[in-house]
Amino acid sequence: MKRQNMVLVCLVACGFLASCATPLPSSAELDQLTQTILAQSFRSEGQAGMDRLNQDEENLACSQAQRTGVELDEKTSEEIQARNLKAVQQPADGKYLGDWKQGELIAQDGRGKTWSDQAAISNGGNCYNCHQISKEELSYGTLGPSLYNYGKLRGVTNPNSPESKPIVQYTWNKIFNPRAYYACSNMPRFGHKNILTQEQIRHVMALLLDPASPVNQ
Amino acid sequence: MSQTTSLRNLFFCAVMALFTHVVYAQKTASDSIAEYRAMLQDGNPSELFEAKGEDLWKQKRGPKNASLEQCDLGKGQGVVKGAWVELPRFFADTAKVQDLESRLVTCMQTLQGFDAQTLAKTPYGKGEQVNITALATWIASESKGMPFNVPQAQMEERKMYEVGKRLFFMRAGSHDFSCATCHGQDDKRIRLQDLPNLTKATGAAQGFGAWPAYRVSNGQMWSEQLRLNDCYRQQRFPYPLFASDATIALGVYMGVNAKGGLATAPAIKR
Repeated sequence: MKRQNMVLVCLVACGFLASCATPLPSSAELDQLTQTILAQSFRSEGQAGMDRLNQDEENLACSQAQRTGVELDEKTSEEIQARNLKAVQQPADGKYLGDWKQGELIAQDGRGKTWSDQAAISNGGNCYNCHQISKEELSYGTLGPSLYNYGKLRGVTNPNSPESKPIVQYTWNKIFNPRAYYACSNMPRFGHKNILTQEQIRHVMALLLDPASPVNQ
Repeated sequence: MSQTTSLRNLFFCAVMALFTHVVYAQKTASDSIAEYRAMLQDGNPSELFEAKGEDLWKQKRGPKNASLEQCDLGKGQGVVKGAWVELPRFFADTAKVQDLESRLVTCMQTLQGFDAQTLAKTPYGKGEQVNITALATWIASESKGMPFNVPQAQMEERKMYEVGKRLFFMRAGSHDFSCATCHGQDDKRIRLQDLPNLTKATGAAQGFGAWPAYRVSNGQMWSEQLRLNDCYRQQRFPYPLFASDATIALGVYMGVNAKGGLATAPAIKR
């Protein structure tokens, strides 16, 4: 009886020690385990293929920075920004602004690119999900800054004037690929990842910069 | 049926009330939303699912014509109270970390003779999936108001936490979204919807701890697995398999973060 108890105590103690003494696998091993689990845990559906799980260099670096709380060093950030700025396509005909009314519809539209969306539909911009834009729309998110009075606050009275060129070009670049200015921006890369067409980006540009747009009233 | 209709009416009234408040009473939009949510709390149809779940637990079903009353949810055979706030956890018999829904599938296979693969492949809202959701709703309700205490004693549980954390911050897909894009900061909203910060105890208990929940907008009871599935849909990721390790790892990450926070499931959502 006594001996049995001893054995039991030993077994419990050993089990306890074994579970506590084993160190957690290294960070690299956990990264590897995560990749294995990812590959087994998803399947493609509709237009959302397994390739969506692949992270490019930027996403990999930004995910790790946010998870660990260690921000990217200045050099890496600058490299990412320079690379992305260089990849921005300027509008083919040099025309940056379209129709703000269509821009408003795109800003309202949250559809596109999910597995339940038809691949053939034109994608929305999801803008109101994160930003206040026109004052009339009360249902806006707060993940991004308010864009109300965007053009007015920046003194844009004529978007076609030479004085307005820098802010017009900055805004285009920002929508096309926000990482051109902020390496780990939370904002989708609308042009770079083909979420919005150049034509659609022009309309969103007009919503923000056209003095006649409700945004600038 | 009448319950659904009255809810629709309630929803309509709430929207009208919201409109009136915003336009005439100068109340802020979030005040009105809070009022709408308070009105919803008045009658939560999840009670119907709870009752169904409790029946299913005790009913003899499946090829083996057995009940689930001998199912071990982590606190011993047949112990339901307090089980949910300690899930996901490691189970020696399957040598896997399991959440409530995957554990139910195991019990339905071993005790009742259902085929686990078939259960996992059944679409949400169809066949036995409806029963799994009802069971999960009842089991979660038996932990209502209890503090989260998801265990980390086992190595497999600690590994799953680390994997879950990696998945939570993983930016990918067409829009470069991660879970953290929406759920990594305090006091943010998407449109008018408040976003719980799932990296902290309060937010994790509010978010993770609310599902299964009844969704008024589509009149459905949504399980934790379905909630995660729809998050990934909106994140523009591919389709997460039911009870896959990725979803369970995320459950461990959120559940451990929620430590000490109180469980509110089954909740009612817009």
